[in-house]
Amino acid sequence: MTAALQIDDLTVHYATREGALQALRDVSITVPEGKIVGVVGESGCGKSTLINALLQLLPENATLPAGRITLEGEDVTHASTRRLRQMRGQEMSVIFQDPMTSLNPVLSIGRQMRDIQYRQPGNRTEKDRRSANMLGRVGIPDPVGKLSAYPHELSGGMRQRVAIAMAALMRPRVLIADEPTTALDATLEVQIIELLKEIQREIGCAILFISHHLGVIAELCDRVVVMYAGVAVEEGPVEDVFLRPGHPYTIKLIECDPGRLKVRVADLPSIPGSLPDLTDPPAGCIFQDRCERATEICATPPPRAPQRPGHWAACHHSGPEGS
Amino acid sequence: MNAFRHTLLGRLLADPLAVFALAIVTLLVVSAIFADVIAPHDPTAMNLVDRFATPSTTYWMGTDNLGRDTFSRLLQGGRIALYVALTAVTISGLIGLILGMLAGFGPRWLDNALLFFFDTLRAYPTIILALALAALMPRGLGTVIIVVVITSFAEYGRVVRTQTLSLKNSEFILAERAMGASFARIVFHHILPNVLGPFFILAAMNLPVVITIEAGMSFLGIGVPPGTPSWGATLKDGFDYIRTTPWILLSGGLPLILATVGFTFLGEALRDQLDPRLRKTR
Amino acid sequence: MTPLLSLRDVVVEFPAVGGLKALLTPPEKRRVRALDGVSLEVTAGETLAIVGESGSGKTTLARAINGLVPLAGGQVTFDGTPLHESPDWHAIRRRVAMMFQDPVGSLSPRKTVRDLVLEPFAIHGLPLKDRQAKAVQLLEDAGLGPDFLNRYPHQLSGGQARRVGVARALALTPTLVLADEPTAGLDVSVQGEILNLMNRIKADHGLTTLIITHNLNILRHIADRIAVMYLGRIVEVGPVERLLTAPAHPYTRALMAANPEPDPTARRERIVLKGETPALNARPPGCEFHPRCPVARPDCATRIPRLEPATTGGQVACHYPLTQEPAPA
Repeated sequence: MTAALQIDDLTVHYATREGALQALRDVSITVPEGKIVGVVGESGCGKSTLINALLQLLPENATLPAGRITLEGEDVTHASTRRLRQMRGQEMSVIFQDPMTSLNPVLSIGRQMRDIQYRQPGNRTEKDRRSANMLGRVGIPDPVGKLSAYPHELSGGMRQRVAIAMAALMRPRVLIADEPTTALDATLEVQIIELLKEIQREIGCAILFISHHLGVIAELCDRVVVMYAGVAVEEGPVEDVFLRPGHPYTIKLIECDPGRLKVRVADLPSIPGSLPDLTDPPAGCIFQDRCERATEICATPPPRAPQRPGHWAACHHSGPEGS
Repeated sequence: MNAFRHTLLGRLLADPLAVFALAIVTLLVVSAIFADVIAPHDPTAMNLVDRFATPSTTYWMGTDNLGRDTFSRLLQGGRIALYVALTAVTISGLIGLILGMLAGFGPRWLDNALLFFFDTLRAYPTIILALALAALMPRGLGTVIIVVVITSFAEYGRVVRTQTLSLKNSEFILAERAMGASFARIVFHHILPNVLGPFFILAAMNLPVVITIEAGMSFLGIGVPPGTPSWGATLKDGFDYIRTTPWILLSGGLPLILATVGFTFLGEALRDQLDPRLRKTR
Repeated sequence: MTPLLSLRDVVVEFPAVGGLKALLTPPEKRRVRALDGVSLEVTAGETLAIVGESGSGKTTLARAINGLVPLAGGQVTFDGTPLHESPDWHAIRRRVAMMFQDPVGSLSPRKTVRDLVLEPFAIHGLPLKDRQAKAVQLLEDAGLGPDFLNRYPHQLSGGQARRVGVARALALTPTLVLADEPTAGLDVSVQGEILNLMNRIKADHGLTTLIITHNLNILRHIADRIAVMYLGRIVEVGPVERLLTAPAHPYTRALMAANPEPDPTARRERIVLKGETPALNARPPGCEFHPRCPVARPDCATRIPRLEPATTGGQVACHYPLTQEPAPA
């Protein structure tokens, strides 16, 4: 069975004055058909580079020394510009953190929703009906009336709903969600999470959900990939990774979330140190400088140590207590 | 501040375009300052025997209709050009800086009034204004400077106003206010240093414009008094005799091109180096 | 015991429409109320957290206390000084320090860290015997080494910039600290360090703190009491554990339950609130929360609830507060 989205050994470098900045190193992610895969990581982990690479919209100074991205078995990394334009939106839709970046401020919602259906059959009335239906589906009150509204007339939560409606209208195979709830308030965040679950059930697409918020990932995803400084350090089913994390970074990251602590503590956990210099990353494990378990062996590339079925951690000393 | 300038110069020297621009600007400035020493002839001395001389080892760029050495005249003209440009840009820049900050900080009505004033001035064609003022005022460098100041300070005013407005509402200014900082401290310690970056870039890019205005006015005969060695006057002479002796026009245009290219590139390099976003992408 | 800071019916208004358009707008619609009758008391030495979603007025509240936005009504008293009667702000701001949301953006971009941490001394004309030693000591208290002295804000990470902000806020040993979203822009792996730092300094200096945050996860670890704001009003105030475990206001309960937890087994059917926070110029009549409230009754649309003592402790502004008892320990 082919995966909806398959990323193999993706490596992305940015040319800078200080040398090649290794934004992504050998990242492999599989998004199976109809599943929600979360990518979690803090700033500097390479989340935005990953999205740009998926859409083949990397800046000019980026190079792709290695790796392959396939969408439903089709190679994206070597696709023609024309084919890529077809794929974006049609087969692979994106929901951004700020919906204003994907909505055109000078066109009405209805016009924009009609425009993206240009390949679909039907006349203007049918297309507008489909748009209004979808707006209703994502919980927008008065969907027909909202077709004539402009993006700035809607609140942030409503705009994110419109963006989801537009993405869902194309019935893509893969939906890429880039921190879609980060800019929203807590009560809206849960609304959007519920909505994404419904849409996924309805159109059966796979979702690659990128977020720094552990709680949102735990709430929504089937599988999760933990990233640190451009490297995928752990991957597995979401329950396994959150309840039995194998990589010291994942363990620390989950410990740091104060939402986990149900009683007041005087000393909140944190990860001392800072990200390695990605123009000159350490040999071997990327996390060794900040890791309590690090030994000499960590200067050699860590193996993908299996934890449980379908769950690995890239670490020499993985597991609850290390080995 | 010293360390900052140091790093700025260091960064400029790492940029080939900036080195090229700095070299041209230095050449112009040095030749203007030492014009008397470098000039092989007296720029105003007429030598009717050698009228319209072709470029030679004696007259590097030939002579004009009165037998005056073109090269020496251009060196002297550089003095006038730089003097007018620097004076006019300094005065109009200062006026623009003060009015722009007033507009940015002042009440809404003052902002609107000043914006209206800026736009009115900017809408006025420079040459028409120059002709009108030249009719009222004595011919000379003072008139040239006044014309340039009137037509260009509005541009500085607008840039400074926009910068001030966006800075005024930024969080670090709010933080300064919350610490109890006085108005003067906020303006001089926190707003001004951040406004000066774009301001200097604009000034550097305006210098060649001012030099061409001076040349243009001298060309039209409303700039420097007759006989004064100015780039515009040399161009005018060259234009009159273009059929017989084209080299006067060609050599007269050369310093103007150098000045324009040098200052414009310097402005662009400054902009690239001072704007952190542009710096990163390089 | 008199509170260190007390607010009574504080009102802050912002112009809703400007320019010529204002002439065509009825007077009552020209301004919106960002704060609509906020009353609050902060006791010396305690930490009060103000929580609420965007548009609830929590940031405006902090700025109103510090005089950065003018009051349209009500009284604010700080340590016996009435702040609503044009006080000497220069002197007040020496005792009331403020931290802003954006860790890097709240630092003047062309100043070095040394200048930034010494800025309060320069503003208040306080001579320093040894500038270098003072700057080093302030940074050290905030957990930064002396090698940061000559850096500029853009060369700092969010966590480092936040530490500079903390060092600066505490430079003149203030009485009250207003911290607006101290964890904004920080990764989870860093935010613990910053909160520990703030807790430690608070204990060392006996500071009173007002923390404004939408980060519900940190409340338990930093606050003694919580005030929940909705549409420019306080809907509930009380001890932190009580509000987290047994909220009396339906909005508080929905807000606390809306927080996704990093535990995949804890996925639960939560009360998902209908709709969104209304705009300030479209404030619903009666209780402003009634259109979204899961337990609203008809009279909620007509009667405005006042902040009254709740049976479970604290105060709540609700006609029909939730009455569940805290789970027996």
